[in-house]
Amino acid sequence: MLAWFLSAVPLAAGASLACTGRRGDRIAPLAGVLTAALVLLLALLAAATRPAASTPLFAGIEASVAVDGLSAVIVVTVAAVTLVVLVFSAGEPDLGARYVGLMLLFAGAMLLTVTAAGLALLLMAWEVMGATSWALIGYRWHEPHRARAADVAFLATRAGDLGLYLAAGAAIAGGVGTLELAELPGATGPWLAVLTGGIVVAALGKSAQLPFSFWLSRAMEGPSPVSALLHSATMVAAGGYLLLRSQPVLAASGWGEPVVAWFGAVTVVVLGLVAMVQTDLKQLLAASTSAQIGYIVLAAGVGGVAGGTSQFVAHAATKAALFLAAGAWLTALGTKALPALRGAARRYPSLGVPFTVAAASLAGLPPLSLWVSKDEVLAAAVARSPALYVAGLLGAVIAAAYSAKAVWFVWRPEPGDVATGWDTEERGTRRVSAFAPPALVALAGSAAVLGVLALLPVGELVGAQGAPAAWELALSAVLAGGAAATAWWWGDRPIPGTRPLHGWLGLERGAETLLVTPTMALARALATFDDRVLHRAVLAVPAAGLRLARLADRRAEFSISGAVAGVVAGARRLGELARRPQTGQLHQYYAQAAVALAVLALLVVVVT
Amino acid sequence: MLSLIVFLPLLAALGLAAVPATAGARVFVRSWIAVAALDLALIVAAWIGYDPAGRTGLAYEENLRWIPSAGVGYHVGVDGLSLPLVAMTAVLFLACAVFSLRQTERVKSFVLLFLFLQTVSLGLFVALDLILFFVYFDLSIVAMYFVIAGWGHDNARRAALTFFLYTFVGSLALLLGFIGLYLAADPHTFDIVELARANPLAGSGAYGALVLLAIGVGLAVKTPTVPFHTWLPPAHTDAPAAGSAILAGVLLKMGTYGFVRIAMPLLPDTWRTYAPVVVAIGVVSVLYGALVALAQEDFKRMIAYTSVNHMGYVILAVGAAGILAGSDEQARSLAVTGAVTQMVSHGLITAALFLLAGVLWDRRATYDMGSYSGLAAPAPVFAGATAVAAFASLGLPGFSGFIAEFQIFAGALGSATVATALALVGILLTAGLFLRALNRMLLGPLRVPDAPGAARDFDDLRTGEVMSILPLLALAVLIGVLPRFLLDVIEPAAEVLVGLVSR
Repeated sequence: MLAWFLSAVPLAAGASLACTGRRGDRIAPLAGVLTAALVLLLALLAAATRPAASTPLFAGIEASVAVDGLSAVIVVTVAAVTLVVLVFSAGEPDLGARYVGLMLLFAGAMLLTVTAAGLALLLMAWEVMGATSWALIGYRWHEPHRARAADVAFLATRAGDLGLYLAAGAAIAGGVGTLELAELPGATGPWLAVLTGGIVVAALGKSAQLPFSFWLSRAMEGPSPVSALLHSATMVAAGGYLLLRSQPVLAASGWGEPVVAWFGAVTVVVLGLVAMVQTDLKQLLAASTSAQIGYIVLAAGVGGVAGGTSQFVAHAATKAALFLAAGAWLTALGTKALPALRGAARRYPSLGVPFTVAAASLAGLPPLSLWVSKDEVLAAAVARSPALYVAGLLGAVIAAAYSAKAVWFVWRPEPGDVATGWDTEERGTRRVSAFAPPALVALAGSAAVLGVLALLPVGELVGAQGAPAAWELALSAVLAGGAAATAWWWGDRPIPGTRPLHGWLGLERGAETLLVTPTMALARALATFDDRVLHRAVLAVPAAGLRLARLADRRAEFSISGAVAGVVAGARRLGELARRPQTGQLHQYYAQAAVALAVLALLVVVVT
Repeated sequence: MLSLIVFLPLLAALGLAAVPATAGARVFVRSWIAVAALDLALIVAAWIGYDPAGRTGLAYEENLRWIPSAGVGYHVGVDGLSLPLVAMTAVLFLACAVFSLRQTERVKSFVLLFLFLQTVSLGLFVALDLILFFVYFDLSIVAMYFVIAGWGHDNARRAALTFFLYTFVGSLALLLGFIGLYLAADPHTFDIVELARANPLAGSGAYGALVLLAIGVGLAVKTPTVPFHTWLPPAHTDAPAAGSAILAGVLLKMGTYGFVRIAMPLLPDTWRTYAPVVVAIGVVSVLYGALVALAQEDFKRMIAYTSVNHMGYVILAVGAAGILAGSDEQARSLAVTGAVTQMVSHGLITAALFLLAGVLWDRRATYDMGSYSGLAAPAPVFAGATAVAAFASLGLPGFSGFIAEFQIFAGALGSATVATALALVGILLTAGLFLRALNRMLLGPLRVPDAPGAARDFDDLRTGEVMSILPLLALAVLIGVLPRFLLDVIEPAAEVLVGLVSR
């Protein structure tokens, strides 16, 4: 039962809160925090007791949930980050019952995703996450561009989700009729390839890896707590989780592991470069998220499940802290543009210090958590392929650079005209809510401390390989430190040759030109065809029928009734003719009689 | 019991016919609600008394002599395929009755016509004799013609006539096929159960193909599939809200039900031979329906085309169930179960969408999506219901549509791989078109079109509308979250059908 309650409690609470509308706005923040605290308790309990449960769903397919080593860690992470983000959100004025309800619904869906032991239930929770993400990105729907951004995000991830449907069908066709995740590697022949491909596409889509990365950029239109919870810590990382969970399938397919590893590695490098040139803090963090999740994807591809899990947890704490700080500055100063945030850390050190700690973790500086987890991933990678290791290391260097850049901006002395850059997105309140610093400290503190904890046997929890070697740790620390120092020195000078990276490589425009515009053109063409050609053809049939009817009426009926009329006229004329001899004059009757007798006599003579 | 369930609305109609129209609209609508509720209660009782465990035969069977010299009998019964549809029909008619509380135009005739239509619809789903099926099939066309012509708007007369002639010609093709089956059977009979047992057209090549063609065309016009679907958009757009809801929710299912009740079990050999054609028609309907819906500017017309898309999934599934190569029994059962679930789910969700469109008409007399904007502000309940219905229709998990579509895709991929993969794109297209519609009408700055005599603001849902639309969506959520109560009834019958098709 615990296994079900873990997801059912936030789902039910979220659905109820979301339906209360305006009336629930007063109690919503408190209700949300209490529910999230309860969920955290349940998660800790589940992580300790490792429950499992199942119930029939379809014919031969069960809806089963189980908490094992991998999901135990993630379940606690998700619940903890949800609680902290909801505490932070209590200080934001316009985030009412609908927001809290949707966040809890999302949390329930995420918990269900990571505890699902079968593909059917996983797909269900996966898609519900996408729907709550849509509703949350478009939360401030009065501004049309936010709603459009939500649509782009939903449709991009939905396109990736088609892969999971394909995978489910392939699993059944390949003989895995129960759709249990543990049994998937047993699918036969070509179906295993389809299954693997489907899972990979869905995971890459959800995790905003190349080529799907553009939707994450658009998702930044949502409120910052949403970006903190969904689009950095949890939902985006769910794709990475799926690959970690499906690592046996990837291994069984033969080609799955290298493909996934390289997609991850390339994303790490390229999206890191994209992050370096962004001038909007949230866009920088978004690109960084895509790159850091790339490490999880890379880990799945090299069999480093323990490293991937550590990366998941470390990144969740780090990135959530960074996004919440960005959100707090946005509320206070009304801007998220880096040039306008000069001196923001000096003005609000309660935000600046945790931000810096988290940024240091993002940079991979020792002894913080992302330093350790990245090296765990790279340790697994170096065993498979040196090229992957080099790519990962390059990504780490780039991460250090852009983290330093972000910190550089916020700690600059405030220029005299700094206020001209404020209030561009919304009216800034010039104050930090009481809820923000504790939330930030909690997350940044975790980001700092978890690294040390992770050097302890987290691997045993997930049941996998050994820790990174000392030289690897030292090398990455030195490189990260060097890159951070270089970036600090470089400051805000533009980097030559990076034009295409500003717009996230134009991926969204590409998707629109290649997919959306032709589809709309085809839709309009078919609609015209349907009206003008198909329906007209159908209407032509009764029109032809009417013409035939008129033809029959005029020609055929006319001739037939004409013939009948002709016979009638002929008979009438014969009758008139027959009346002619009846003159009433006796001498004519005698003459007629005489003629008739003569004819008869002639006839008798001739015949005999 | 089934005859009571079927004829109760007609008896009530006969009783209400004696009441003079001057008694007032309230009397008639309230009686209609009472009768529909009573009918639903009887059906729920029948459902509870229906024990699906290991049931391979029919329940509540009645077999009376009707025209024995022509082999026609009054044979009715339900099994797992028809009981959910019967229940769905009753629910939809009750919802339409509640929605019509504010109807003011010639209410007596409206109510009598719908009561008659309810009897005809329920009768068709329980009929186990081909001629009985055909009688109800044609009567439904007649009743719906009067609904559209009498209470529709804009080009209602023309749309009703197109609908009538097109589906009527289709039903004549159906009759031709039925007679073909009758003549092939020895002894000659129209009884469905007998014909299924006898399988008269086994191995009969061209003759069987012609019979399947006739039956297939007849049902394809009703379903409707591409290219026989062009009667649907005008009929839906110009019909009154309750009429559209029943047309989409119940009448379209008569076509798809005909496939699983008649075409598949009575012509298994021929079905297996031509299953790839059926699959192709299904996929074309899915993609064509979704694409044309994407290009629509009229909300109701857009939903009409999504019906073509949704019925395409059903056709794909029943076609794939006839392809034995590359699939096992579990996959084919899944596909058929998904098809029947889709029939029920589409009925509930699309009826809700059409009733919501009816709200648009009631407020501002136009369905044009470009005229509306930002309705979420003045009408949050309407906006919420429309968003929920839209997500349910695009197949989001948590709603019945997903339960249906997942089973269809999972079951059909093995035997009809390319077709199913193409059909998957359909769920992406429907997501796009619904999001586009929601964005245009509900979000952004407030704008409502002018209409003479209309209130200044856009009024939110009234009691009658809430009480009719929200229960439909609640049922869709119930099936989506706890599907076993429905699937327990459908699955045994689906297995039986799959067995019949593969013999």
